[in-house]
Amino acid sequence: MGKFHLGSLLAAGAILAVGFSTQANAEGKHGMYANGEIRSGYTYLTPQSKAIQNDDFQNPGMIWVDDGATLYEAVDGKAGKSCKACHGKAEVAMKGVATTYPKYDEDTKKIKNIEAQVNRCRTKHMQAKPWKYESGQLLAMTVFIRHQSRGMPMNVSVDGPAVPFFQKGEKFYKQRRGALDMACSNCHIDNAGKNARANLLSQGQTNGFPTYRLKWQKVGSTHRRFRGCNKQVRATPYKYASDEYMNLELYVAWRGRGLPVETPAVRN
Amino acid sequence: MGIRTLAAVAVGVALSLAVNGDAAAAKLVKYKIVDETSIPKSLTGKPGDAKKGRALAINRKKGNCLACHAMPIPEQPFHGNIGTDLSGAGGRYSEGELRLRLVDSKVVNPDTIMPAFYKNTGFHRVLKKFKGKTILSAQEVEDIIAYVKTLK
Ligand code: HEC
Ligand code: HEC
Repeated sequence: MGKFHLGSLLAAGAILAVGFSTQANAEGKHGMYANGEIRSGYTYLTPQSKAIQNDDFQNPGMIWVDDGATLYEAVDGKAGKSCKACHGKAEVAMKGVATTYPKYDEDTKKIKNIEAQVNRCRTKHMQAKPWKYESGQLLAMTVFIRHQSRGMPMNVSVDGPAVPFFQKGEKFYKQRRGALDMACSNCHIDNAGKNARANLLSQGQTNGFPTYRLKWQKVGSTHRRFRGCNKQVRATPYKYASDEYMNLELYVAWRGRGLPVETPAVRN
Repeated sequence: MGIRTLAAVAVGVALSLAVNGDAAAAKLVKYKIVDETSIPKSLTGKPGDAKKGRALAINRKKGNCLACHAMPIPEQPFHGNIGTDLSGAGGRYSEGELRLRLVDSKVVNPDTIMPAFYKNTGFHRVLKKFKGKTILSAQEVEDIIAYVKTLK
């Protein structure tokens, strides 16, 4: 485990140095964790939490990377294949993939995220059962795949066929909901940087997901976070993998354009 | 803004508008908004209890005012800074202005993040267990007003 992690850390470091050296912000206060005014949740963390994320030996999310690496090579389903059988080495095949997700999907004419694509591969190409959303396997695989892009800038496409979905995501983000009648934007645009009691509000970026949350004591998906933020304002959440959350995930990923993929990030 | 003002007026005139097909919504106490800035009359006719109000301002499931406002409540460690510091608010606002702020602050500022504490309809996708309910009861609103009035 040690060797693999150290290697990936060095690789990520090299990418960061290249990918961000051209940006003005590379010298800025938040270094590679910001793109102009766009700031990763990392920049709002305490030094102690940052230290946990920085050190792969301490970062508990790395356990899911390991699990994902194992699953990537495991044969499953009637077709007798593993992910690797079709794609080859993850370090090569999956590098950069996370930066473009979620994205428009020709097959379903909707937005799909990595979780959805993983399950598509399982059902269509492996003839295996889809993994349950938020199951250990789907989280591990998603963490593992996104981890291959660590340090690379988020860069989702929001034009062409993605436009109407992006617009729906934006509308969702700005719509007040729940008995507290608050929109995502009320907290993460209007009041980012302010304290809501003990919580320091960030811009609510998704570049580190699935994220290891100290409160959860495990990694969780973007959709889990969306559900939590919905319930917090006493609103009925949507289902995991719902169209609403796929569109929202696209919009929020666009908000974080240029931020480095941090998976697995560590958050409070 | 137009719609909100209209709603506020409607509320003032006759408030059993637990309509909207929301059978669960309980009837609220009627109140009248004056000049879009104030609800001069007590919701209950009973004086508020400042001590209870202070506890409600701390309580995360009730007022939770501390989520957004600093208040002279030193034993509580974390005070939010989303809203203004309420030390001195009792001197800055009349009782009626405080009441409208608490009942439905969007009448004063449609863009505010501050929740309406005495409103139970017109929301989007409210969680079932909160449907048709207000965050605070009429008396709890009066209790918090009584407390904020002491902040001079
Ligand atoms: C009442 C305030 C509030 C609202 C409204 C709200 N959130 Fe959050 N959100 C928080 C808090 C508090 C946190 C944890 C601290 C932080 O990162 O801001 C958080 C965290 C997040 C994170 C994790 C950020 C990270 O770096 O790990 C995401 C993503 C997020 N929110 C998205 C949303 C979306 C999308 C919506 C609307 C559906 C929303 N939030 C609505 C308060 C809110
Ligand atoms: C989610 C955030 C939030 C909560 C919770 C909240 N407020 Fe506010 N409040 C604000 C903001 C922001 C303002 C600033 C004015 C505006 O937005 O219209 C404000 C303004 C006020 C004002 C006017 C003060 C001024 O100087 O403008 C009073 C009085 C007030 N709030 C009292 C309360 C009380 C009492 C509670 C609890 C029962 C409470 N608020 C809960 C966000 C909040």
